[in-house]
Amino acid sequence: MTATLNLLKQPWVWAWVGALGVWGATAAFTGGQGAGEVLRAALTFGAFYVIVALGQMFVVTLGPGNVDLSIPACMTLAGTVAMKTMAGAAAMIPVGLLIALGIGLVVGTVNYALIRLLRIPPIIATLSSSFIYQSAAIWWNRGLRVKPPAALADFTTAKIAGVPVIALCVAVLAVAGHVLLTRTLYGRGVVAIGQNPRAAHLAGVGVERIRAATYILSATLAGLCGYLLAGFSGGAALNMGEEYLLSSIAVVVIGGTSVAGGFANVPGLWGAALFLFLLVTMLNTFGAGAGVRMVLTGLIIIGVIVAASGTRRRT
Amino acid sequence: MADDATPVVRLDGVEKSFGAVHALTGVTLALAPGQCLGLVGHNGAGKSTLMNVLSGNLAPDAGRIEVGGTDLTRGYAPHVALAHGVRCVYQEGSLCPNLTVAENARISHKAISGPGWRRRARALIGGRLDEIFPGHGISSDDIVGDLSIARRQMVEIARAFAETDTPARVVILDEPTSSLDSVAAGKLLAHVRRHVEGGGACVLISHLLGEILDTADRIAVMRDGGVVALDAATAFDRGKLVAAMGSVAEAAPRETAQTAAIRDHAPVVVEASPPGPDSLALTAHRGEVVGLAGLSGQGQTELLVQIFDHRPGTVVDGEVAMVAGDRQSDGVFPLWSIAENIAIGSLRQFLSGPLLDHGRARAFAEEWRGRIGIRTPDIGNPILSLSGGNQQKALFARALGSTAAIIAMDDPMRGVDVGTKQEVYAMIRAETAKGRTFLWYTTEMDELVHCDHVYVFREGAIVADLARAEMTEERVLHASFREDA
Repeated sequence: MTATLNLLKQPWVWAWVGALGVWGATAAFTGGQGAGEVLRAALTFGAFYVIVALGQMFVVTLGPGNVDLSIPACMTLAGTVAMKTMAGAAAMIPVGLLIALGIGLVVGTVNYALIRLLRIPPIIATLSSSFIYQSAAIWWNRGLRVKPPAALADFTTAKIAGVPVIALCVAVLAVAGHVLLTRTLYGRGVVAIGQNPRAAHLAGVGVERIRAATYILSATLAGLCGYLLAGFSGGAALNMGEEYLLSSIAVVVIGGTSVAGGFANVPGLWGAALFLFLLVTMLNTFGAGAGVRMVLTGLIIIGVIVAASGTRRRT
Repeated sequence: MADDATPVVRLDGVEKSFGAVHALTGVTLALAPGQCLGLVGHNGAGKSTLMNVLSGNLAPDAGRIEVGGTDLTRGYAPHVALAHGVRCVYQEGSLCPNLTVAENARISHKAISGPGWRRRARALIGGRLDEIFPGHGISSDDIVGDLSIARRQMVEIARAFAETDTPARVVILDEPTSSLDSVAAGKLLAHVRRHVEGGGACVLISHLLGEILDTADRIAVMRDGGVVALDAATAFDRGKLVAAMGSVAEAAPRETAQTAAIRDHAPVVVEASPPGPDSLALTAHRGEVVGLAGLSGQGQTELLVQIFDHRPGTVVDGEVAMVAGDRQSDGVFPLWSIAENIAIGSLRQFLSGPLLDHGRARAFAEEWRGRIGIRTPDIGNPILSLSGGNQQKALFARALGSTAAIIAMDDPMRGVDVGTKQEVYAMIRAETAKGRTFLWYTTEMDELVHCDHVYVFREGAIVADLARAEMTEERVLHASFREDA
């Protein structure tokens, strides 16, 4: 009984409740038909959400005003350059990966430099720099879509015992993220800064080092996501990152991480990512029109966030 | 002197507490028309709190407020105070920086309205400025944010004395001269005298004892939230005021001979000077308790942070840990437990490989709960479940539990009860014996006797360097105030 109560107090539980709820509703509507297929699709697309949301979570946790809006552009640039470099050659797959990660590293460094050296608020710095990254992506291959190496495409769509391999890999990544958040000096520092940056500095936390590392981590994960997504969807498209701007933030918030900073959790990211995908699937299955779908999406997200924040305040 | 006329303001048994801190403990005070009341006392004695009650910004927990013979205690608020002619010039300033001088005048003078209000507001504030500070050089159309701090203060003062539909019956001046130069201050004090001679009343708060003695008719001395002396100004002199403001220490300090020995033999671990002009340098030897004294906000905190950051130009031999005094903004992590708040200062100690061992961190916090007596049933409770004093103990535990050889304390005893203070003093002694060095900024005179060496700060500079043997309360106070005071 107390175990159940304690579980209900966990901030991430509502995202999972929501995900299970909408999946159940979908399955009930179709009489159980295709429920497995829907879940597999959710695991695959959810995995991409989780990769970027993990980085965004650390950034948001740094406190008010911290957000990385350059994630979509960074994904596009990393995907585009990596695909063109590999030019479909299987032997180039590791090189492509390194290039994608390297681009993330550079993007994160540039973002932090704008924030730190030019004292631009993060929201403006990452938004304006993303125009530059997006333009760089356009300039790099003139909008041509280069196919990924077949082996990479196979990897991103492979399944083991019916479970998408990419979801398993991202589950491992999420565990690493959880350990990073809760069991390292870096993670504790991020949470401390998000609560009170001045107190964190006076308690001996290396505030600026940690902020730099966080923006670089976020962009590097975006680079990784761009690489994998381009492999999954048959090449890098210039608008491939578009939907990840808002969804990276939505997944973080629905997952129970505080928008005001200083409080984060990783399990909620997976719950929220599945919830977001399954919600849209459910409304499609119900045959709702586009307008109704968007209204309901908005209302349901608000409901989950209110439920989650309500429990947090009472604890 | 005040008893024959109906007092224009009467405070009766006013009490105010902030959590565990009793800011006002039953203050009774009357102010007669045609009188200037001087109010003096140490920082934290309750002067500003009392004036905030009188101007309606703080509701008292108990007591009565009468203005002009009417009991206004219920529903007393800033607009009620203004309507009854109670005006206040705040220490922090209360002008809107994005508006012009005239527009700011309009805000507190609601009677200026309708077409042509701007012209009338200009005339009102301009006229008062000319009267109080001739040659002020301020245009009524200047944006307040563009003015120097002294000119902003002049506008603030002129606005408080300006009269439209309600007369300025009582004008409260909270440290009005601290941002004015001596010429402007002289003009203001002359105007205060003119105001009271015309039948108005004034309350003047100042740390410059000379101007209080010269300007006030009566003087009230506050200490620990109460009025400890109240008499005609002629009954006081500088020495008597200082004596009334201070208090005698109880705990036994370290022997003088012993402290001198530290200076002679122990190596220097800190050397730093504040950026103020003509400042002396601060030196701390290993195992020494060095006091940073003076009025609050004279650059003590800034110097501690400078040392904490190992900024260029400072010599700091060893790690520094900080005990914050302003808990909310500098110390507490509000979303964390007591244990997490204590452990954050020592996380490196709990690393096993690259990962933190939460069990060891918890045991460490548990040990410190016992050592410093944090009153809580569970160290895993949120830090905000503690009273202010106990939160402060957690901050002490954070610093003392760290490996730092130098502990910087930023006026850390706010809200800490007497018993705990004595325990902390004893703990500081024990730690110095182990070779730790303490830099202790305090605004409480009683605590300076626990220091081996004291540096007095004034206006961002160190102005006095007193060894334990030559440190007296009077010398510290004298150094704290400007010579022309």
